[in-house]
Amino acid sequence: MKPRYSLFSLARNAMNYHKDWERAWRSPNPKPEYDAVIIGAGGHGLASAYYLAKNHKMTNIAVIEKGWLGGGNTGRNTTIIRSNYLQDPSIAIYELARSLYEDLSQDLNYNVMFSPRGVLMLCQTQHEFRAFQRTAHANRLAGLDCRMVTPQEVKEIVPIVNDDPNCRYPILGAYYQPRGGTGRHDAVAWGYARGADAMGVDIIQNCEVTGIQRDGGRVTGIETTRGVIRTRKIGVVTAGHVSTIMDMAGVRMPIESQCLQALVSEPIKPVIDCVVMANTVHGYISQSDKGELVIGGGTDPYNNYSQRGSFPALEHTVTALVETFPIISRLRMLRLWGGIVDMTGDRSPIISKTPVEGLYVNCGWGTGGFKAIPGSGWVFADTIANDRPHPIAEPFGLNRFQEGRLIDESVAAAVAH
Amino acid sequence: MSKPYRLSAGGSRIDRNRRVSFSFDGRQLTGFAGDTLASAVSAAGQRVFGRSFKYHRPRGVVGLGAEEMNALVGVGEGARHEPNLRATQVEIHDGLTAVSQNRWPSLTFDIGAVNNTFSRFIPGGFYYKTFMWPASFWKHVYEPFIRRAAGLGKAPEGRDPDSYEQIHVHCDVLVVGAGVAGLAAAEAAAKAGARVIIADENPVFGGLADISGGAIDGLAQADWALAKARTLASAENVHVLNRTTVVGHWHHNFLMLFERVADHDPARLRTGAPRHRLWKVRAHQVILATGAIERPIAFANNDRPGIMLASAARGMVERYGVAPGASGVLFTNNDDAYQTALVLKAAGVAVRVVDSRARADGPLPAKAREQGIPVDAGSVISAVNTSFGGLSVTDVRIASYRKGQGRVIKETRAACDFVAMSGGWNPALHLWCHNGGKIRFDDQLQTYRPDRHADRITAVGAANGSFTLASILEEASAAGSRLAGSGNVHPVPAVMQAGQQPMEPIWFAPATGKYNEGNKHFIDFQNDVTAADLELAQREGYESVEHTKRYTTFGMATDQGKTSNLNGLGVLSEATGKPIPEIGVTTFRPPYTPFSFGSMAGVLTKDLFLPIRRTAIFNWHTAQGAVFEPVGQWRRAYTYPRAGEDNHAAIAREILAVRNKVGLLDASTLGKIEIRGPDAAEFLDRMYTNVFSTLKVGKCRYGLMMNELGFLTDDGVTVRLAEDHFLMHTTSGGADRIAAWLEEWLQTEWTHYRVFVTPVTEQWSQFAIAGPRARDVLKKLAPSFDLSNEALPHMSFVEGRLGACPVRVFRISFSGELSYEVATPSGFGLGLWKAIIEAGAEFGLEPYGTEALHVLRAEKGYIVVGDETDGTTTPVDVGLDGLVSKKKADFIGKRSLEQSYLKGPNRKQLVGLLTEDPGEVLPDGAYAVRQVKDKPPMEMIGQVTSSYRSPTLGRSIAMALIENGRARMGETLSFPLPGGKVVRATITDTVFYDKEGAKLNV
Amino acid sequence: MLVVKCPVCGAEGDETDFHAGGQAHVRRPASHDPAHVSDEEQRDYLFIRINPKGLHFERWRCDRGCGKWFHAARDTVTLEFKAFYGITELPPADVIAEAKGQWAEYFAKRLKAEKQA
Repeated sequence: MKPRYSLFSLARNAMNYHKDWERAWRSPNPKPEYDAVIIGAGGHGLASAYYLAKNHKMTNIAVIEKGWLGGGNTGRNTTIIRSNYLQDPSIAIYELARSLYEDLSQDLNYNVMFSPRGVLMLCQTQHEFRAFQRTAHANRLAGLDCRMVTPQEVKEIVPIVNDDPNCRYPILGAYYQPRGGTGRHDAVAWGYARGADAMGVDIIQNCEVTGIQRDGGRVTGIETTRGVIRTRKIGVVTAGHVSTIMDMAGVRMPIESQCLQALVSEPIKPVIDCVVMANTVHGYISQSDKGELVIGGGTDPYNNYSQRGSFPALEHTVTALVETFPIISRLRMLRLWGGIVDMTGDRSPIISKTPVEGLYVNCGWGTGGFKAIPGSGWVFADTIANDRPHPIAEPFGLNRFQEGRLIDESVAAAVAH
Repeated sequence: MSKPYRLSAGGSRIDRNRRVSFSFDGRQLTGFAGDTLASAVSAAGQRVFGRSFKYHRPRGVVGLGAEEMNALVGVGEGARHEPNLRATQVEIHDGLTAVSQNRWPSLTFDIGAVNNTFSRFIPGGFYYKTFMWPASFWKHVYEPFIRRAAGLGKAPEGRDPDSYEQIHVHCDVLVVGAGVAGLAAAEAAAKAGARVIIADENPVFGGLADISGGAIDGLAQADWALAKARTLASAENVHVLNRTTVVGHWHHNFLMLFERVADHDPARLRTGAPRHRLWKVRAHQVILATGAIERPIAFANNDRPGIMLASAARGMVERYGVAPGASGVLFTNNDDAYQTALVLKAAGVAVRVVDSRARADGPLPAKAREQGIPVDAGSVISAVNTSFGGLSVTDVRIASYRKGQGRVIKETRAACDFVAMSGGWNPALHLWCHNGGKIRFDDQLQTYRPDRHADRITAVGAANGSFTLASILEEASAAGSRLAGSGNVHPVPAVMQAGQQPMEPIWFAPATGKYNEGNKHFIDFQNDVTAADLELAQREGYESVEHTKRYTTFGMATDQGKTSNLNGLGVLSEATGKPIPEIGVTTFRPPYTPFSFGSMAGVLTKDLFLPIRRTAIFNWHTAQGAVFEPVGQWRRAYTYPRAGEDNHAAIAREILAVRNKVGLLDASTLGKIEIRGPDAAEFLDRMYTNVFSTLKVGKCRYGLMMNELGFLTDDGVTVRLAEDHFLMHTTSGGADRIAAWLEEWLQTEWTHYRVFVTPVTEQWSQFAIAGPRARDVLKKLAPSFDLSNEALPHMSFVEGRLGACPVRVFRISFSGELSYEVATPSGFGLGLWKAIIEAGAEFGLEPYGTEALHVLRAEKGYIVVGDETDGTTTPVDVGLDGLVSKKKADFIGKRSLEQSYLKGPNRKQLVGLLTEDPGEVLPDGAYAVRQVKDKPPMEMIGQVTSSYRSPTLGRSIAMALIENGRARMGETLSFPLPGGKVVRATITDTVFYDKEGAKLNV
Repeated sequence: MLVVKCPVCGAEGDETDFHAGGQAHVRRPASHDPAHVSDEEQRDYLFIRINPKGLHFERWRCDRGCGKWFHAARDTVTLEFKAFYGITELPPADVIAEAKGQWAEYFAKRLKAEKQA
């Protein structure tokens, strides 16, 4: 059992100039065999390992990571957390995740800074207004705390919004989820890693998977740059690199890997106290606790494994946001970056068993996976432990692509961020 | 001295004859033209410029230019305020107002500085370990507190009054940086005939030539640079850009240049100049001559106001004639910094040198000693003492040092009021790395330098790790000639420069007391990250350099680690015992320095943000007081309220006019695509769900289009103009998409079809004349064709003239009334429209808008793709099975309709709804539930797709997609609304009006 | 921002002057034998994509030039284009030779089939 983090432990350690803090996680060598191996130490992978250990008492497991934990999209997103989706399966998993976020800091004993500051989705066309109205009805009957707000309320919540009724896309209202918000992305990965490690999970960084061993249609182990590891259960949670890993097991995926970029401004004193999404013009914005405006938009339109995107996509987003929040015109872009996102045909994720026995896959979160991390890990762990889809995971199975049972959120004029 | 720190002579950048008045924190000051805010405020004797991010420690100027991380200021007022500018880059002008940041109530007394007192309790990453209880406190107590404390400067108030622009250019060679290397490279490339752009972030070309000593071609470096800059500026094939930062390098040599056009001279704004200009340059070759950035040294309390880089100290003297203080200590590990001591000495400022190397006997140290400057070799600064509140330096402690020493035993005190420091130089690699350039560690320079790059980009001079004048000029000239495609190497001028002994790295200067207990050796000044924080991160397992960075925020401030990066790696190397190359590096990302969002938007703001499309009748609609709604990029008339009418009343009036008399609709936005060629009919059979090859010439047919997933994407009427010639109508929003869609299939799948697809939407104005008197109106317009029901029945077409107007007339109806859609070339549009209005007056004709159109069609149960469908709806779902051909072997989407889920049970099907209370209008998007419960969740069985008050029927009507709807005719459904109200409605047929269609065939 | 060159009209320009159209050489089974398309074939056609880290083959359209669709071979890591070729054509032989994994399998099968035909 690790010593707990608290105000008191912080004060106690200050006496000794913080020299006695323990490692947040070990740096173990891989064992020859595990009961299960998760490939990919991002948020989803680490959460899966944490819940395998915590909920299913599977502690002889490992998480294999080719780079540094949390170094993929978990550490590259705009940290939006919300659950106000249209389709029932989406509502179920995102709301499970959102509700787990509410107590995650306490559960992990690691402050993930879940900040339910509210998510405001602007209606800038009649069509968008109608679509969100429909979503509002659906969410209300599903039990979500969400509501439509008037242009006046939008102005109160975000005073810097352009409220000129004659602008190109006047604000007609907004769809508001008060308990949506943001979290500290790195801390989510680190908190899950520390929590899983404390229960005995081996997190093995700088270890690349090079092959998946199979015997008669079921998995038997993985080959890595640090040797062969035997296991009967493998969970693949590698986002943009899922096609490559699944190819090692002969499974072809309905996935394309594209670059999604985000950027931050220089830090300024608070001007936006919630998350604002302007889907018509493809931009969303919030302000970090450091004061940086965190801005994201759409993906580049072609496959890309380089984590370096193209300028026009960002420029389009910034142009739209300058129009929507005119004061940002004189602020400056501090940094931009890209992540490799895994896009499915219906833009909804995959949490599934596969044609190979013992091989499970959790991917396709595309542009919006951060908000789902706790729920995704929860149901994926259950799926792996019991070798059958968790009820919330079931609609997200791979078979939906041949049945035509798509989960299409673009219907609601919403984007999947 | 007239001002405390302004020297009586010197200052190459300032014009002592031109005084400039400005204010800083409300204090009225004067400086000279050419001063930066940093130099002018320093000249006035002020040291403190701002407060640090976390501990709110007072901070002064550290750097000379873009590397500045402490002296960040807000400039301008109100809507013209701009936060977080580096005081070292702000050029003063008359009337400039600047303020310090991140302090309250004032710069010298800041409440936030209490954080410094408690700094022992808040090491790197402390917030991950606390602020967790109780859970609700994060949002309501802790976070608001943290947010207010953080954040540096303030945002401007109101809309930016200034303008921005962008420019796209190509060039053969882009030279980044106009120091000696850049100028030499540009000259060589220009001589070889290349089209050259040379850009530099500073107002004056020459880089650090003016403070680097030595001579080129017998001229002082700075004079040589100015001469070269003049020559280049007058060359026809060279474009010279100052105050222009190359902020990013992207794939295929695409670079972004950020030019500050008017910040230094706001008068330009009044002449219509943009404030900033963003250059988008596609360069065949890029030469990086971005120079190098000096590194600080990590010693205890190295952040105090008055402690600056050695280059900044001598720049202050040489460029601006400002003394950094009355007496100083130079702390160095290299020979180059001795130039600072010499410059200070020459300016009459007392200085002594502390050199961490055991020996300091190169030519520059020797010269320093000759000049009587005391030099303590094998020594470090182990402590800095300040006046109360840390506002200024009073003295430093000097201790003897040998490499690897952990703590200091014996110290001597040296009074001084400033410290200049130099830990060596780092090539400015940022642009090299933006697009994946590889770098390697140089043991001699103890820094990273460029290695390989896949793009056509070459680093020269200090950016390439070359620090002697001779090597700089040689490689710059060679690169310039070679990359311009010339075989001749441009001659390299003769140089004179003092030789230098190697530097020796010192990543951490020891202090007294136990190793690293409570001393603050700052690595990242702005974010308050100390060497101890970096070690803590390592100890806690945040081993990857990326983890260390994110856990401590080192390198994440607005300078993006320009001065902190390598020093951090050095500390990590010593903490882990691994050599620096094994520590790894974080990724350099664009931009090099921050640039304005306004420049990214360029001119695309306000009316130009996304231009609106208007029909030929738009101005008429406007003059009639129409209310508009956006449809795609179009603005369409929504309704035409009369004086005293609200929208509802106007819409009802328009609807009744169509039902009882006649109405006129501007349908010009409707997509129109001509499809022509011998295989046109077969092609349409592929694209539509229903058959078009059987359509007779002169006849119209309503068609449905699916995507390959089997879902409806568009609909519209297509007419066969001739055997091989069709005119397709699409939805207004779908016109461009469908035209591209047709092209794509033609070009990529059925490439053998001989068909042309021509979008003609804008070529035609098109109006619907609908209502029982429609024929009477047309008759009055002198048609050249027979309008009788026999000659021109429902779903037929004729081409001819109405008076002088050439027209295509389609007898089609989206209202259920007798209706003609009349198309005329757009130039005739407004004339014909007015003629129809005039001719229709006696029949009670009224223009109607899109909302009336929607109610009229809903009364008839006609679907709107996008209302009744949502991207997951099949033709079968909306009851149009009859339009899905069973005969055709293949068409787009056909196979997907066979997928199990699409033909499975419990699909949502389109039905009509009549509320029990006829006055009750169901809200759009309301859901029906299987069973009403006291509270959610409730199982939903379908949703309202369209809902209107029908003036024709005098009651509300709605359509809905309901699970198994068609099997539930007559069933009553419950729709729970917000607030607990439940609306009950009965399932009916979708056609509410004129079920037999009698009104269509008259 | 990439530089793209249309092999039809020769126009060379920024990627924003073109339209990226996803994976190349996707076979639409219903165009060939509409009566016998299995659920799996239809799924593969609609959703399954070759998603290589490295050399990739894709479709582009010359949006602001001649309007024609064409093919491109591009590396998804370096983002360098290796070839532009016609919409009904196969890539140049030397580029095919560089293809790996699923793409190598695809071209081998396709070339074999064309030889037999």
